[in-house]
Amino acid sequence: MSTASTPTEAPVLEVRGLKKYFPIKAGFFKRTVGHVRAVDDVNFGLAGGEILSLVGESGCGKTTTARCIVRAVDPTSGEVRFRTRDGVVVDVAALPERELKAIWRDMQMVFQDPFGSLNPRMNLFELISEPLFVHGLTSRSERVERVAELLELVGLRPEYMQRYPHAFSGGQRQRVSIARALALEPKLIVADEAVSALDVSVQAQVLNLLLELQERLDLTYLFVAHDLSIVKHISHRVAVMYVGRIVELAPTERLFRHPQHPYTEALLSAVPVADPRHRATAVPLPGEVANPANPPSGCYFHPRCAYAVDLCRNEFPPLRSVAPGHEVACHRADELHLRGIDAPSVARNRTTVAGPVAGPIAGPTVAGQT
Amino acid sequence: MLSVRDLKMYFELDEGVVRAVDGVSYDIRPGEIVGIVGESGCGKSMTMRSILRTIEKPGRIVAGEIRFRPKRTRGMPVDSDGSLDLVSLDPRSRTMRTIRGGEIALIPQEPMSAFSPLHTIGNQIVEAIRLHRKASVREARGIAIESLREVGIPNPESRIDAYSWQLSGGLRQRAIIAMALACNPTVLIADEPTTAVDVTTQAQILELIQRLRHDHDAAILFITHDLGVIAQLTEHVVVMYLGKVMETGPVDAIFHAAQHPYTRALLRSVPSVDSVPRVALPTIEGSIPHPFNRPTGCPFHPRCPDAMPGRCDVAMPALHEVEPGRPVACFLHHDLVEGGGTA
Repeated sequence: MSTASTPTEAPVLEVRGLKKYFPIKAGFFKRTVGHVRAVDDVNFGLAGGEILSLVGESGCGKTTTARCIVRAVDPTSGEVRFRTRDGVVVDVAALPERELKAIWRDMQMVFQDPFGSLNPRMNLFELISEPLFVHGLTSRSERVERVAELLELVGLRPEYMQRYPHAFSGGQRQRVSIARALALEPKLIVADEAVSALDVSVQAQVLNLLLELQERLDLTYLFVAHDLSIVKHISHRVAVMYVGRIVELAPTERLFRHPQHPYTEALLSAVPVADPRHRATAVPLPGEVANPANPPSGCYFHPRCAYAVDLCRNEFPPLRSVAPGHEVACHRADELHLRGIDAPSVARNRTTVAGPVAGPIAGPTVAGQT
Repeated sequence: MLSVRDLKMYFELDEGVVRAVDGVSYDIRPGEIVGIVGESGCGKSMTMRSILRTIEKPGRIVAGEIRFRPKRTRGMPVDSDGSLDLVSLDPRSRTMRTIRGGEIALIPQEPMSAFSPLHTIGNQIVEAIRLHRKASVREARGIAIESLREVGIPNPESRIDAYSWQLSGGLRQRAIIAMALACNPTVLIADEPTTAVDVTTQAQILELIQRLRHDHDAAILFITHDLGVIAQLTEHVVVMYLGKVMETGPVDAIFHAAQHPYTRALLRSVPSVDSVPRVALPTIEGSIPHPFNRPTGCPFHPRCPDAMPGRCDVAMPALHEVEPGRPVACFLHHDLVEGGGTA
C-alpha cells in the first residue's frame, strides 16, 4: 500500500516484549499485593522516516510505552533496540543510567501540555539552548546562533529569544517545545499527545509543522494520541492498544477502512464525524476499560465485545499476522467482517459496487452486516 | 424558552476591561439541543455562567437580557407572559436559587471536582433534590436511585452509597447527569461534558443525552469546542469568537453552507477521516489574541482571509439575518454595523 512506501531505511526502533508493571502496595509494611500491568508484552518496529501512532483509551498504556522507550521510566522487562546516529544498535531498556544522556541526543520527547512542560522562569533562549549546553555546546555565541536557527525552523521570530513562556499562546509554546526537542538534531521524536491541548485553529498549524519538519529533517515519529482523525491524517501506521497490549497494528489506510479487531471497529465508530448528514447509527461500546491490575480471562476485550464466543473467554489471542504488515490479536479476525470508516463521501456511491476489490471480503459476515 | 439578548459581561480589572461576552444573542426552544461552539476565550462558558448567575467578581453583567420561561412559576416574579429576566434578579435571591438547579441544571466539565469527595454521591443528590422538591429523605433517596438507574448506572441501589472517587470517569459523568436530572429541569446546560472522557465513553454519554432529551423534553444548551460532537448531537449552532456571535443557524446550514469566514476556516482546519493524509491542512493564520489586546472592529479580522481593510478593522458588523434563521456578523454579507448604521 502506498501509505507504507515512504519509509525506506532499516528500523530505527524495535520494541520486543516490552513490559512495565507498577506494583500495588498495601498494608503497614507496604508489601506488594499485585501489579498494574500498564504495558504487557508490546512489540513493534519503527522504520526510519516513519510516523507510527499509538492509540487507545486512557489507561491503555500508550503513554507508558512511550515513556519506557525514552527511558523516562524503567521498563520491567523487554528490549528497546534503538539505532543511534552512528548506526550502532543499543538496547535502551538495558542501558546503565549514565549512558542514557548520549542516547537522548538521538531521541527526544514532546509533551502534551505546553504550559506545564516549559519552565516559566526561563526565557526562550535558556529553554532551547539548555539541551545544547548539557551536551557540550558551551560557547554562548554559537548557542545564540543555533537557537535563532531553531526558532526560525519552528516558525517563531528569533527576536523572541529573550521573552518568557507566559508571553506566548498555547500553539507558540508548543512550537518552543518542538524547537527544544529538535535542538540536538534527534532522529526519533516521541510526541505524547502533542496537539491535544491546543485549540482547533492552532492544532492544524502545529500538525503541519510536525509534518514539514519530518520531511525536511528526515525524522521518525512515535505519535501517541487519542484523536483518531489526527492519527489518520499524520501516520503511516497505527497501533491500537487495549489494556497494555497492542490488539491491532496496520498501515493507516487499511486499519481505518478494514479494521480486523472488534475494538478497533468500536473506536472508529465512536469518533464523532463533523458532518450532521452522517449521524452515527452504531451502538456505542458498552461497559468500561478492563482493570489492568485484574484483567479478564481470555481476550481482555471479550466482556465488551459483541462478537465474543467461548474461545475468547478462555484463551488469550496472540498478535498474529493476517496480511502483510497487518497484525491482529483476535481469534475471529478471519471470519468477522468489520466496519471501518467509509470511503470519502463523494466516492461513496461509486465505490460500493466495486467494493470487494479493496480488501478481504471473504468469509461469512457476522452480526448486523446487511 | 430561554432567550439571551445582547448580553454583555465584562471583567473590570486594573489592567483594563476584558469583554468576555460582548453582545451575545440567541434563543433556545423547548426540546431543542443548541450547540455553542468556539475556541478558548470565545466566551462560551461565560455566557453559561451569566445564565446561571454564577459569575464571580470582578466579572459583571453590564447589559442585556436573559428571558427565561420557567415550568413552575409559583412564587416567582414573572411577567404577564410567564417569563422573567434573569439579569434583573439578585444572584442570591430565592427565585434565582430556585431556578438554578431546579429549572436550569448544569452538567459541568469536570465530574471529579463537581462532587465532594467527602460525601457519598447519594447524599449529594438527595441534598439537591430536597433543595428543590418537597420530599422526605427517604423519598428523595428513591428519586435519586431512579435517576441513577435512568442514566444507566448498574446497581444503583448500592452505587448510591459510593463516593465519587470510587467511580470510573464514565460512571461519574453519568452520576452528575443523574443529579442534574433529578429535579426535572426545563433547561439543561452541558459545559463540555465529554472533554475529559474517552471516545467510547463520549459516545455513550452523547447517546444518553439524546435519549434524556426525548424522555424529559428538556431544552439542552451544549457547549463544546468539538465540531464532531456538534455535528452529531445538535439541531442549532451558535458559533462564537472572542465574546461575539459570528453566526448561528441550523446545524446542517452551519456545516454545509457556512457564511462566516471564521466558521469556514474552522471547519476546514479539522482533519477529517476522509481527508488526504499527510498533506498540509488549511490553517487559520496567527493565534487567538490576548483578551486585553482585542482587535478593533470585527475580532476575527486580523486572521481573516477575506478581511476588507477600512471596513472590518473599523467597525463591528451587526449580527443580521442574511436569510431567514441565519444571522451572520460579517460585512461580506451585509453592510449593517453593530448598534445601528451602515459601513
